Amino acid sequence: MATSNKPAPPHWARRMWDTGVPVAVLLIVFLLIWYAAAWGMNGTAAVERVLEPAGNPWTWQELLLTTWNMERPVLPAPHQIALDFWSGLVDWPLDSPRNLLFHVAVTGETTLVGFVLGTLLGLVLAVLIVHSNTLDRALLPWIVASQTVPVLAIAPIVLVILGSLGLEGLAPKAVIAMYLSFFPVTVAMVQGLRSPLVIETEMMHTYAASRWQSLWMLRLPAALPFLFPALRVGIAASLVGAMVAELPTGATAGLGARLLTGSYYGNTLAIWSALVMSALLGLLLTTLVAATEHLALRHRRQP
Amino acid sequence: MQPLPVSVPLAPASANPAVEVRNASVVYQTADTPVKALSDIDLRINEGEFVSLIGPSGCGKTTLLRVIADLEQISAGSVLVNGVSPHDARMARAYGYVFQAPALFPWRTVLGNVMLPLQIQGGAGADNRAIALEHLERVGLQGFEGKYPWQLSGGMQQRVSIARALAFEPKILMMDEPFGALDEITRDRLNEQLQQLWQRERRTVVFVTHSIAEAVYLSTKIVVMSPRPGRIVKIIESPLPDERYLALRDTQAFMDVAHQVREALADGHLE
Repeated sequence: MATSNKPAPPHWARRMWDTGVPVAVLLIVFLLIWYAAAWGMNGTAAVERVLEPAGNPWTWQELLLTTWNMERPVLPAPHQIALDFWSGLVDWPLDSPRNLLFHVAVTGETTLVGFVLGTLLGLVLAVLIVHSNTLDRALLPWIVASQTVPVLAIAPIVLVILGSLGLEGLAPKAVIAMYLSFFPVTVAMVQGLRSPLVIETEMMHTYAASRWQSLWMLRLPAALPFLFPALRVGIAASLVGAMVAELPTGATAGLGARLLTGSYYGNTLAIWSALVMSALLGLLLTTLVAATEHLALRHRRQP
Repeated sequence: MQPLPVSVPLAPASANPAVEVRNASVVYQTADTPVKALSDIDLRINEGEFVSLIGPSGCGKTTLLRVIADLEQISAGSVLVNGVSPHDARMARAYGYVFQAPALFPWRTVLGNVMLPLQIQGGAGADNRAIALEHLERVGLQGFEGKYPWQLSGGMQQRVSIARALAFEPKILMMDEPFGALDEITRDRLNEQLQQLWQRERRTVVFVTHSIAEAVYLSTKIVVMSPRPGRIVKIIESPLPDERYLALRDTQAFMDVAHQVREALADGHLE
């Protein structure tokens, strides 16, 4: 029974309780399904590769434990991934290809360079499209068409062309990442640059503002709320591009390369660890963009 | 009390015209028939006058203002602003324009919004800042320069937009129903402040409104317009003293002018 002199729980505690409980319940259900699936998928292999060669009769408890601790399971159990992930973080020096952070650095660099290039390209294209009807009609179909071609088909072409120019390593990978990330920025900025009201453009007109001044003082700031959601999509797309670009380049470093070598050697744990790592990297990058958005647009909040 | 003049005296020839509109028409081409938004407008606004354009919606009062401001083009006739075409006057930054909505940029502070036209014009940042602060003080908003637009009431926002329109000291101030969206109490106060501002500076003002009381209270000259086609039905020179106060609205002289305006509006409607 709550009495009047008993202090109410602080606001954050109440919120943690309200959201924490459903989230925890969902997580537990998810883990249970995962363990059940690991048992189902690894069962046959566990019997064939571990229990039968040992020759002894085995109980169902032994079967269960074996399916959850296989060396190369079809589906690793969550605790296996967690252990492998942790080992990938701490057991090796930072410059070792067995350290996950080494791969994060490589993929992260490609992602960021591709993201910056893609954002710049998207901004330039959007400005051109908004200021010229001809370019609007000439460019937009190509831009849309560019995204219907699978990036895996584009990647080898980019490699060959840039390779013939003597560009290897970061450059081709960043170009592929850029190829994916410029699109959302272009589309959003075209909309954003056109978002000022008639009254606002007319006002700039009465001040005899030049096109550049209107762009700089009205259109660009007005487009910022459109830009940031596109940047969040763009940086995630850039990460996908960076990882995909590592596959045909034969790169030995990067999360994409790690996925490839993992599947090459049937090292499912390495694949899953790389997968978790890339998800975390994506989460970190989009969070950074969101934080920038919050900072940049903090004064525009309506009461 | 002075009897009202029967015929409207012409403005003295010595007064310099700020705006001269001669035989101006604006025709919009629509799918079926051309629509005459303005028909054969003749209007002379002298320097230092406070002129209101009043009439029902569709009478072209806003169109006329937009023509003078080079926001709309005439189909026939001629318009001169400060002796030059509206386009040249706009490029010379001869007028400030206040829209129906404040149209303040939400990403700029109050001060930043008033500095906007000054930055477009060029000039040193420190000077612009000082000028903008001075203009904010003139509309009674000192101390609010660091606020963002959403932190201000509607009336204060419109005052910021007036300060912004005055930023580069234009010779003409054009206002398109600037207080139309505000409540009556705020509107009265802003009318009073606008009147005082005009008293102090005697800048030419062209003011669009559909409120008779507002037009009579503020103007030295009231241009009554009528729709289909948009035209001027009567120009009334106000006999009221230049110095106005809100209580003036209860005087007989005020009500006589208001009556004239109402009659002219009704005449325009019957035609």
